[in-house]
Amino acid sequence: MEVQKTDTILEVEDIIMSFGGLLALANLNFDVQKSRIKAIIGPNGAGKTTLFNIITGVFPPTEGSVRFKGNAIEKLKAHEIARRGISRTFQTVELFTNMTVLENVMVGLHTRMRSSLIASGLRLPQVLSKEEQMRERANEILDFIGLVDKSEESADSLPLGERKLLEIGRALATEPELACLDEPAAGLNESETQAAADLIKRIKDRGITVLLVEHDMKVVMNISDEIMVLNYGEKIAEGSPEEIQNNPEVIEAYLGGGEDYA
Amino acid sequence: MLKIRMLPIAVFAVIIGVFPWAARIVPGIGNYPDLMVFAGIYCLITIGLSLLMGYAGQISLGQAAFFGIGAYTSGILTVTYGLNPWPCMLIGMIVAALVAVLVGVPSLKLRGHYLAMATLAFGIIVFIVFNEEVDWTGGPDGMSGIPGLSLFGFNFASLERYYYLVWFFVFAAFIFTINVIQSRAGRALRAIHASQAASMAMGIDVSRYKIAVFVYSAVLASLAGSLYAHYMNFINPSTFDLFFSIKLLIMISFGGMRDIWGAIIGAFLVTFLSFEWLHFFEEAEVVVYGIILLLVTIFLPHGLAGVPRIVKGWFRS
Repeated sequence: MEVQKTDTILEVEDIIMSFGGLLALANLNFDVQKSRIKAIIGPNGAGKTTLFNIITGVFPPTEGSVRFKGNAIEKLKAHEIARRGISRTFQTVELFTNMTVLENVMVGLHTRMRSSLIASGLRLPQVLSKEEQMRERANEILDFIGLVDKSEESADSLPLGERKLLEIGRALATEPELACLDEPAAGLNESETQAAADLIKRIKDRGITVLLVEHDMKVVMNISDEIMVLNYGEKIAEGSPEEIQNNPEVIEAYLGGGEDYA
Repeated sequence: MLKIRMLPIAVFAVIIGVFPWAARIVPGIGNYPDLMVFAGIYCLITIGLSLLMGYAGQISLGQAAFFGIGAYTSGILTVTYGLNPWPCMLIGMIVAALVAVLVGVPSLKLRGHYLAMATLAFGIIVFIVFNEEVDWTGGPDGMSGIPGLSLFGFNFASLERYYYLVWFFVFAAFIFTINVIQSRAGRALRAIHASQAASMAMGIDVSRYKIAVFVYSAVLASLAGSLYAHYMNFINPSTFDLFFSIKLLIMISFGGMRDIWGAIIGAFLVTFLSFEWLHFFEEAEVVVYGIILLLVTIFLPHGLAGVPRIVKGWFRS
């Protein structure tokens, strides 16, 4: 299927990433289409999280370029990329454990509702009304992810499944156009996994593009529009879930890597 | 929600307000208002430092230098140039802010404790400047004749008046800081403390916030320095040495850096220990500090401000 170039939101071109002598990504090329869910799968160490780190500006690639909505972003810092509309979650959940559920989402709103430091210190009326708006907005997001009744609980006290949802909610609060989700179902039981998968579909329905790294093949096959397979830093296949499931090279890589392929 | 209740602040304000009267009546504490002036001046520094350590997770070993910059800017401009003290105070704060940017920008762009290193060196350099620039600072002999403060003909010469002036500034800084902590900026700072990676993913410019807090702490220290200079009417370099920077860190550790109250409690405690209660130990005073610091770190990792939570925990179990 030929997709029109105008619908491309992210273009990754000739990315090479080497850590010392280790080649983590070797000449990687791919596009992400707007308002779709693209999954990246591959055995451990295939370079999936490295790729996320490059896209979200944790570190620049050794070579190559990343274009978001046509603009090169590979040299920008993480916070600048976040402001342009790329948000992410982390493989090992990185919540602000010293805050409540609501406050975590409010931090996500950081760049969308600004107020000056001095105005905050003097507690000027406009600061208070903005604060109120932020709470409302954060509560809407909590409602969307289904955690609104836990808004005043400490983020630390949530079970893993809800912590993962909260991390997604916090990412949504930044009002991203592209959400990079790093293993949202890892470590979750079946019902929690279902909740996460549903949420990701609803995020797509909001018009947000999703780039997904996930090991749970049931989730990947069910919700993805397109799948890319990485192995040892190289793309070995790309296509629809059906195409990927029937691709002999993919099956080989997974079986050869000793991983279960469900 | 991070709730800092207003009631304890109001109670604290009342206590501070009536204290000078109590000191006149209760025997044995007649000199306490004088100590409280120092405690207030130190509170100004520790409020900023606790924000820097507790929220931005950075250590400064150069706060004594910013304290000195405030004191010497006020001293030089009022004594040598005969200027009105109030604008000089403001100039001192601006100078401290600029210097903090110069020291902070390169070191806070990096991760890790580079600020501790940079401020350690900076503190030593400033101390040498105070000692060696004899024409400006009077060198080791110090600088005398710094005028007292007055505003629109109202003179703050008496101890009690100066006491209220200092504590006015402390409460202003305290409430301003609390408001900032409870705002968007404060959430960003707490976020940075919890996870730098996630903060950046939320679009927070981590190094900018760290620099802003460092500058704020420097400005408060400079204000404290000016108030110190106009209270003592005399300054010399030994007040602004490395040991004072370390003493400030001890205050924060005693009080606890997770809570802005820790800054107040620590400043009080160390002031009274060093001026009043530890005289008995004379030269061994430093050793006593060391022992107390060790005990606090082992048994009260969140400082004295963490005690209520520990006690609450006992009642719950």
